[in-house]
Amino acid sequence: MIFPVEVSQISKAFQAGEVQVQALDQVSFKLMPGQVTGLIGPDGAGKTTLMRLLCGLLSIDEGEITVLGLDAAKQPESVQSRVSYMPQRFGLYEDLTAQENLDLYADLKGLAVEDRLERYKTLMHLTGLSPFTKRLAGKLSGGMKQKLGLACALVVPPELLLLDEPTVGVDPVSRRELWQIVYNQVEQAGMTVLLSTAYLDEAERCAEVILLHEGKVINHAPPKHFSEPLQGRTWLFESDQLTPRQLQLKLSLLSGVIDALIANQGVRVVSESTEIESILTAVDPAIKLQIKAVQPIFEDAFISLLKKRDDHSVNYSGSHQLSKSVSSAEEVIKVEKLERRFGDFIAVNDVSFSVKRGEIFGLLGANGAGKSTTFRMLCGLLPLSSGQLSVAGVDLRHASDKARQKIGYMAQKFSLYGNLTVIQNLHFYASCYGLFKKRKQEQVEWALEAFELSDYRDSNAKDLPLGYKQRLSFAVALMHEPEILFLDEPTSGVDPLARREFWARTNALAESGVTVLVTTHFMDEANYCDRLIIMASGQVLAQGTPLQLKQLAQKEAQPLPTMEEAFIYLIEQQTDQSA
Amino acid sequence: MNSPFLLIIALALKEFLALLRDKSSRFVLIGPPIAQLLVFGYAASYDLDNISVAIYNEDRGIASRELVGRIEGSPNINVLYRIQKESEIAGLIDNRDVLLVMHIDSEFSATIAKGESATVQLLLDGRNSNTAMIALNYLRDIILQLNRQWSDQKQARGPPAIIEARAWYNENLHSQWFIVTGIVGLLTLVVTLIVTALSVAREREQGTFDQLLVTPVHPVFILIGKALPGLLIGLIEGGVIITLAVGWFDIPLRGSFVALYLGLFLFLLSAVGIGLMISAICITQQQAVLGAFLFLVPAVILSGFATPIANMPDVVQLLTWIDPLKYFLVIIRSVFMEGGDLGLLWPQFWPMAIIAALSLAMAGWLFKHRMY
Amino acid sequence: MTTAGRQRLAGLIRKESLQIMRDPSSIAIAFVLPVVLLFLFGYGVSLDARNIPIGIVVEQPDASTQSLSGSFEKSDYFSPFYFQTIQQAERALEQRDIDGIVWLKNDFARKLFSQPDAVIAVRVNGVNSNQANLTLGYIRGTWLAWITHQAEARGTKLEMPIQLEHRVWFNPAVDSRFFLVPGVVAIIMTLIGTLLTALVVAREWDRGTMEALFVTPLRNHEFIAGKLIPYFVLGITSLFVNFLLAIWLFKVPFEGSLWLLLLTGSLYMLVSLAVGLLISVVAKNQFVAGQIAIITGFLPAFILSGFIFDINSMPAAIQLITHIVPARYFVAILQTLFLAGDIWPVILANTGALLILLAVFSWLVAKKTRKSLE
Repeated sequence: MIFPVEVSQISKAFQAGEVQVQALDQVSFKLMPGQVTGLIGPDGAGKTTLMRLLCGLLSIDEGEITVLGLDAAKQPESVQSRVSYMPQRFGLYEDLTAQENLDLYADLKGLAVEDRLERYKTLMHLTGLSPFTKRLAGKLSGGMKQKLGLACALVVPPELLLLDEPTVGVDPVSRRELWQIVYNQVEQAGMTVLLSTAYLDEAERCAEVILLHEGKVINHAPPKHFSEPLQGRTWLFESDQLTPRQLQLKLSLLSGVIDALIANQGVRVVSESTEIESILTAVDPAIKLQIKAVQPIFEDAFISLLKKRDDHSVNYSGSHQLSKSVSSAEEVIKVEKLERRFGDFIAVNDVSFSVKRGEIFGLLGANGAGKSTTFRMLCGLLPLSSGQLSVAGVDLRHASDKARQKIGYMAQKFSLYGNLTVIQNLHFYASCYGLFKKRKQEQVEWALEAFELSDYRDSNAKDLPLGYKQRLSFAVALMHEPEILFLDEPTSGVDPLARREFWARTNALAESGVTVLVTTHFMDEANYCDRLIIMASGQVLAQGTPLQLKQLAQKEAQPLPTMEEAFIYLIEQQTDQSA
Repeated sequence: MNSPFLLIIALALKEFLALLRDKSSRFVLIGPPIAQLLVFGYAASYDLDNISVAIYNEDRGIASRELVGRIEGSPNINVLYRIQKESEIAGLIDNRDVLLVMHIDSEFSATIAKGESATVQLLLDGRNSNTAMIALNYLRDIILQLNRQWSDQKQARGPPAIIEARAWYNENLHSQWFIVTGIVGLLTLVVTLIVTALSVAREREQGTFDQLLVTPVHPVFILIGKALPGLLIGLIEGGVIITLAVGWFDIPLRGSFVALYLGLFLFLLSAVGIGLMISAICITQQQAVLGAFLFLVPAVILSGFATPIANMPDVVQLLTWIDPLKYFLVIIRSVFMEGGDLGLLWPQFWPMAIIAALSLAMAGWLFKHRMY
Repeated sequence: MTTAGRQRLAGLIRKESLQIMRDPSSIAIAFVLPVVLLFLFGYGVSLDARNIPIGIVVEQPDASTQSLSGSFEKSDYFSPFYFQTIQQAERALEQRDIDGIVWLKNDFARKLFSQPDAVIAVRVNGVNSNQANLTLGYIRGTWLAWITHQAEARGTKLEMPIQLEHRVWFNPAVDSRFFLVPGVVAIIMTLIGTLLTALVVAREWDRGTMEALFVTPLRNHEFIAGKLIPYFVLGITSLFVNFLLAIWLFKVPFEGSLWLLLLTGSLYMLVSLAVGLLISVVAKNQFVAGQIAIITGFLPAFILSGFIFDINSMPAAIQLITHIVPARYFVAILQTLFLAGDIWPVILANTGALLILLAVFSWLVAKKTRKSLE
């Protein structure tokens, strides 16, 4: 049998400052032709390095790579002529239109002029980009950019398609469309696809999965094989007395619990053994629990394979000492008929909602739905065109410095000083929030300890692994103990382990009375929210608790829709209406 | 409460760290100034010390030999060719083999022996007319001296020369004195402008600006924090180059140090103001570099750095009024060579103060209105 | 080149051209900056002193002092101001109201033809030494002309064994604009070739478009050609615009032939582009690329090319450096073509030097450009 990719015993190291980082260590595998193989692993596992090696963009230290029968190290140009590769930041030319980008790649990949019309038609149909061919690529939404990038990679059907995290920062609808395109290519053209992803539900859709960790292959098998050892160890806990959040907080601290995750109205638990009596006895008997055994999914396997057991010792409660006595009915954020125009384009249109103290409030929506614009207006970074908003009683754009003291902000993109060290960043932001001398010292120490950043205290922030960058940003947002937290896609591109940790902290904060406003593309994370709104084309599509929203999508075929299904349903309904 | 003070220190410290921890930024602060100091200090000179000359001497007499001897003896002149035919002249000048050809005709010595005036012809390459005119002046001097010597020998009346032609301040007319003092202004302007012009754009591009704006720090403090590093780096770099000008290039510093540093301070303040204005307008670093470049080139050319302002047309001279470098160059050259002090240089201080005040106010306004 | 190769090249060129047209910074460097520079040098800057403010101190006015002052008045070089005492004039010199002083002492008329040396003294402000030298020269010239004339009028003959007669070839009117404008054209082409090219390649790295571009059948030489051709066309267009501005607006004579200008201009453009590409290979971000381009391209073109400052008078070490500054050769060609005509030895020697530089830089570019991320 001929394998499209054969990798044997490859290693690759990088020099990062004075330390040698072993990105890949004796990696070997073979890809089966005509199917999608998923490449997963936590941040810094070596996924991108592997992809680049396969395209001959980097030299290997040792080992051999054969791609489509060619030696990738010796004949990189021949390999590059026959594979298509979509890097993490696909290099679309933002000052060219969608069509011009496509033309360029058609020229580069040698698509004959007479075949173009038909191929473009197919691709535009698949990606749904036909109405946008004349738009500059820079003006497309994140999801559309990714689809255009994929279309460029597919303009001539390659024998092997390499996709490096194609769905990062992409909303569920666009994500589903991207997958449809990939499947379509695999089925129609018999293409071999290698795809790296941080979404574990995506890994489940692959024919085979390679799990990479610290440069080594941990497992390579069909996704079902991953979850098999967990048969009989996955449960759904429900309780009427506690909110899912409180329940999750309790369960996650128990020994014998590997993973506890909010799902639907309850908490999904992965136990260490098939025996759960020991866990149940540890729960306060006053709390009535309903327990159901459920089927293990891929994510359970991933977590149980990689999760460090000593994580339980971390206390996420933070340094907050907000009094719970404040009335929780108080509306901390109020937004009324908010509108923002950019020229003719209405980015946010007639948005109204309010958030109570201690709530986690979610903002969901497709790429370009107006979430970030709303967010920036709330934080006072962007003036509104019309409408009213108040955060802690004031409009932050005109507010005194004191009002801004009450908020913490975590931007979508890592936005701390990359060439300052962790400790320098912490010191600087502490000063910005008016913390000086002893108080500053205390808070910086707390941040280093609570976020386990001590090992990295003298590393440049830009060199941190993604998960640590996110921790640092979170620490900066929390150091001055804000009453309100604004988190804009805080978990985008972050691996599942880091996401769990992040939400554990956020939950703890909310429990202590901090108000949290969050946007996310991970629909399972919406379950953490007390209430949320779904936005599309600048408008609020639906508003309510996660359960209420899911009920909107209830059908006979889907008696228990997931948040993702509900989201897609709502968005599609809106598209149908406007069509 | 000393927290505003601590806050400004923290903000300025952050700017310094962000600047100095980055290899390419460090390079920009150190590389170009050194390269420019060396290149300008040694290469940029109007003095000619190697004028290439060809002599076409048709005369065999003593007078012509003496003249040629004089020319050859001049330290600034290098006689490369002695030609025999008139037809060779054009080739030598055309091909830039020589800058000028001196033609002495066959009657030269005879005419002089008769006590009459003989004509010597100079043909100069005018492709760089400035160089040609300077060379012509050198030759004129030599011939004038020879004339006077011959007249004296014959005890006849020669042309009365000017007694006492004295140059003040730069007695030996070193161009290096003029150029190196100019570099102090040029380099501090470039460095300060680039540092401040890029600072906000860099934060915008990297997304750190939003994070800063949601903190309780008042924009005025952010602005002060951004202004300080440019100002300080400019002052330090200016100090280093002034030291080098005195210590390495041996240029006398005759005037008031206070006036010099007050001038440097006001000058840098206006540079910071302009840099912040560019910074407030530009979104990306590339735009900021370009904006700085588009300001710098005219600012340097119109400052009188290399060419006198007096030679410019009136309209262009009006434009130079808004060029802070113009005022600073007068100050530094005056303090170095003329021994200028606060009293003498007062007319240069207040225009810079006004430019600084206006540009900083403008930057503050732009900053507030382009925060998103 | 294969059909597929031609197609790839055409695609790249189309892409690059679209980007040039849409990017305001390319337009700024290619068209705004040249116009600004040309106007500054064409209209603003001049090395020719005209109307130098000088002070004439007349301690004892009479017919001869009036006649001498009249000579200064009539000269284009001076605009005289009058002072009664040397102290007043010196104060004016200190305050930079005047650049020089001609001091006619009270015994001027009496001693004029009785003393071996004249009775006038001259002071100039030496701060700008070049200007001071020129001013001194002009004062001497005016004085000599006047005294000769006076002597003739009195019937006495001055003993002036050597009369100097000079002719300035190629620029008889001695207009500095005539050599500054062609020099600026060379600088503009350096900016387009080196700065712009270095920036656009670095931009591909910065924006991550390079990685995707690499994993296509695109070959090294096609990538290089795809970058070169659009900017080459841009540079030649700019050369034409500048050329027309130079001869029509600034009335710089053009003695050479157009085809030679085009040929040597193209060659120089290629050298600049090669330098730009070389920089972008070394510097993979726009900021550093821009800085290196300014230090290695723009500044040397200004200072070390012989455009303003005479190369022969520079220290030997710096003269050596000027040999690897391509602008040096192009400035020589341009000044010759504009002012002197098709002078083959100059053209051929400098063209030869440019060809050698082109070969060296292209070899380096070809060697250094690799489709790799390391």
